[in-house]
Amino acid sequence: MTRYLILRILAAVPVLLGITLVVFVILSLIPGDPAMAILGSYSTPENVAQLNQQLGLDRPLFQRYFIWLGNILQGDFGRSFALNRPVIDEIIERFHATLILSGTAFLICSLLGIMAGVISATRQYSWADKFITFSVLIGISVPSFFLGMMMILYFAVQLRWFPASGMYALYGGGGLSDLLSHLVMPALALAAVATGVIARLSRAAMLEVLRLDFIRTARAKGAPERRVILRHALRHAIVSILPVLGLQAGFVLSGAVYIEIVFQWPGVGRMLVDAILARDIILVQGGVLFVASCYVIFNIIVDAAQLWLDPRVKS
Amino acid sequence: MELVTRIIRNRLAAFGAVMLLLILIVSLLTPVFGLTDPNVIDTSNRFMLPFGEGHLLGADHLGRDILSRLLWGTRLSLMVGVAAAIIAATAGSLIGILAGYYGGRLDMILMRSIDVLMAFPYILLALAIVAVLGPSLMNALIAVAIVNIPFFARNVRGATLAIAQSDYIAAAKLSGRNTFSLLLFELMPNLISVIVVAFSTTVGWMILETAGLSFLGLGSQPPQSDLGSMLGEGRAALITHPHTSLIPGIMIFAIVMGINLLGDGIRDALDPRLAKGALRRALPITKIDRDLPLPRTEERGLLSVSGLKTDFQIAGKTTKAIRDVSFHIGRGECLALVGESGSGKSVTALSLTGLVASPPAVITGGKILFEGTDLLSLKFEQMREYRGKRIAYVFQDPNSSLHPLHNICDQLIESIKVHDGSMGRRALEAKAVQLLKDVRIASPERVMKSYPHELSGGMRQRIGIAIALANDPELIIADEPTTALDVTVQAQILHILKRLQRERGLALLFISHDMNVVAQISDRIAVMYAGQIVEAGSTKAVLEKPRHPYTKALLDCLPQLGKGQAMPRAINGSPPLLEDLPDGCAFAPRCSFVTPACQKRPIDVNLIGGRSLRCIRMELDDG
Repeated sequence: MTRYLILRILAAVPVLLGITLVVFVILSLIPGDPAMAILGSYSTPENVAQLNQQLGLDRPLFQRYFIWLGNILQGDFGRSFALNRPVIDEIIERFHATLILSGTAFLICSLLGIMAGVISATRQYSWADKFITFSVLIGISVPSFFLGMMMILYFAVQLRWFPASGMYALYGGGGLSDLLSHLVMPALALAAVATGVIARLSRAAMLEVLRLDFIRTARAKGAPERRVILRHALRHAIVSILPVLGLQAGFVLSGAVYIEIVFQWPGVGRMLVDAILARDIILVQGGVLFVASCYVIFNIIVDAAQLWLDPRVKS
Repeated sequence: MELVTRIIRNRLAAFGAVMLLLILIVSLLTPVFGLTDPNVIDTSNRFMLPFGEGHLLGADHLGRDILSRLLWGTRLSLMVGVAAAIIAATAGSLIGILAGYYGGRLDMILMRSIDVLMAFPYILLALAIVAVLGPSLMNALIAVAIVNIPFFARNVRGATLAIAQSDYIAAAKLSGRNTFSLLLFELMPNLISVIVVAFSTTVGWMILETAGLSFLGLGSQPPQSDLGSMLGEGRAALITHPHTSLIPGIMIFAIVMGINLLGDGIRDALDPRLAKGALRRALPITKIDRDLPLPRTEERGLLSVSGLKTDFQIAGKTTKAIRDVSFHIGRGECLALVGESGSGKSVTALSLTGLVASPPAVITGGKILFEGTDLLSLKFEQMREYRGKRIAYVFQDPNSSLHPLHNICDQLIESIKVHDGSMGRRALEAKAVQLLKDVRIASPERVMKSYPHELSGGMRQRIGIAIALANDPELIIADEPTTALDVTVQAQILHILKRLQRERGLALLFISHDMNVVAQISDRIAVMYAGQIVEAGSTKAVLEKPRHPYTKALLDCLPQLGKGQAMPRAINGSPPLLEDLPDGCAFAPRCSFVTPACQKRPIDVNLIGGRSLRCIRMELDDG
């Protein structure tokens, strides 16, 4: 098991390097001279040349890549000119908020999705199944940003159950209950699509497993139905659901960009959109690199979980 | 064509198709509707509500006509989404074909690059691209297309790989065709379906993604506007004038839902398992719907089965898997149920405790008396008291009948635990170890911690037997327990079963197609053909003097040691289809003693000299 994990982590290294390469290349494709942009009206040819030398921009591309990579590895992601602060500080602050939002949404979609799938499969063609199937169809068809807006209209404006935006109340907020009341709507809106996808997949996986021989063995033992469903069928179905959970985590992370805009959540997604509109490329670069790397690491964790759940992988 | 009818029959898919078609037609015809210019600003009409004068769907924050903007925006969104899908499909397919066809280093480089692209959460990559190119609808289109390339590349590469390695491509290569014509005329036609399916599953996404980028203000820039930017602009007035966001939002929802419904319909239509009902959930106990009156059964020994009938009902068609099966087993007795595959042996065995998967199975008649109780009259919870506790099973393939993810210890103690919750973990484990010793497993402690995939076939079947023994049942039903094993292992398993049966006075229903195995273990034999027992009697008598032509033929199939001259003879013809059984004797078409009377009416069971027999010829013989 340890050996497999080490191999898996080693296999992630080239992917991580590839990510840095993609991000770096994209950055260097930007038209225009960065030194000129920074100097603005001070950009005399001498000044530009001097700054280029200072920034190392006069060196060949591949050299610049390694210098940049070296800085990244030391935690230096550069400086955001729009915010005038180190990129890494901004990212860590913002990522904290994104993690709370996406993490909650991920938990909701995993638990709710699997639960709905199991109920749907075990009561196939019942009213519960039809209701779930219908909700899933709606869930996967509503764009998350539209769903978020509708939720604001109904639950925040009409019913006044939850605050419409932000992560904490502007005045007197800050506690856990304040955070939770702000979190409910964006987390649900963000989880909707993934919940649908996971519910669908879980239903199909359960139906498939319930046909297998070892289910018949469990029944022949006289196991109660609940045990057959949970201990035997679901335990086996989880193995095929898990990789999709990893995939859906990527979609949740992506959807967070929209949800953060709709609910004014101070996360990385909103930071990225603002940075793009402000042409703050260094910040975009750092944010994309950071989040993509976290996603790679998350997928290693998913693989480790898979290994733990399925003893057959080891051999 | 069949596919199309199947999609149409799927009401939801048809609904989706109609909705999409409607949206498509309207957006195609938008220029000829003569709508107001979508960009004409008229501040006197700001935020006019729907059904207002001159503005059917009202007006937005600049007083622009929402209906006109909606239709033009839909048109733009659809065009951009489809264009992105076409670009992604073309580029992705090209990469996939190159990687799959040429393989080697090119394949490795291309696929590793694809892996890197897929390591990004999709929107991050799109954002990075838009960040470089700058916000505009065209750039959003490019970003969305690039993000979706990996999906096509992977699918197409897989399909290409499969085709490129096939024999006919190898033959075409050898015949000296040039690569280009090979790719175009041999490979492409086979890839089209893969590309079309990938296209149909992603085009909805791409419409949504481009709309999403526009919503964020990174796609279409004013005055140009698609559905996403309409929604984005509407958001500013969400609380005061919700109609400006609701209308474009509902349109996006309708488009995506239409695509999803149609896509699901296509996928379902393509999935053969759904058509066959193979994805129906099996009930915990076989459905019972017995014809009345029930047969009057004379109780003989431990288990007396009479007139048992089990049907399979698939897509309105009924297949009679077992037809009027009767037999009995005494305490400590071993009855062998013999027959070819498909003769109904296993269905008979599984019917006893309602383990035949239902749907499609329905038990339609008969009685199963176990110690005086009719098992077929039991509710599920009552049946559970018999399953595994008084009647236990050993299944054919220990490979698939043990749970692959539970260790042996858990699987053993589960059998005890579900019937006796009073035992502690340590007592349970001690009992499990004893069970393993009973089936002659040498190092039970080690095996307890193992998983099935770590053990040999013979070992797994011993565990199957140990599980069956767990609660000291009165009857063990062994369904071809040795078929999946090597011959040497077969002998060991048989030996273990025989010994346990003798030592514990177990009744054993032993199911097999192998006469040699049956001869070793059973006291009595019942021979099944096409869902009926055609002959039953003591093992010795039946093997020495078979009376039914089928039994005789079955025995003639066996090569016999020491009788070199007699060649084994195969039975003419093949077993009948259960969906289409003849009125008379089911064996008649293959029987060498057939008479016209055989095929006229169903043959009844007769008792002759301690033997039960379903044959008229024998009646005449001994009459």
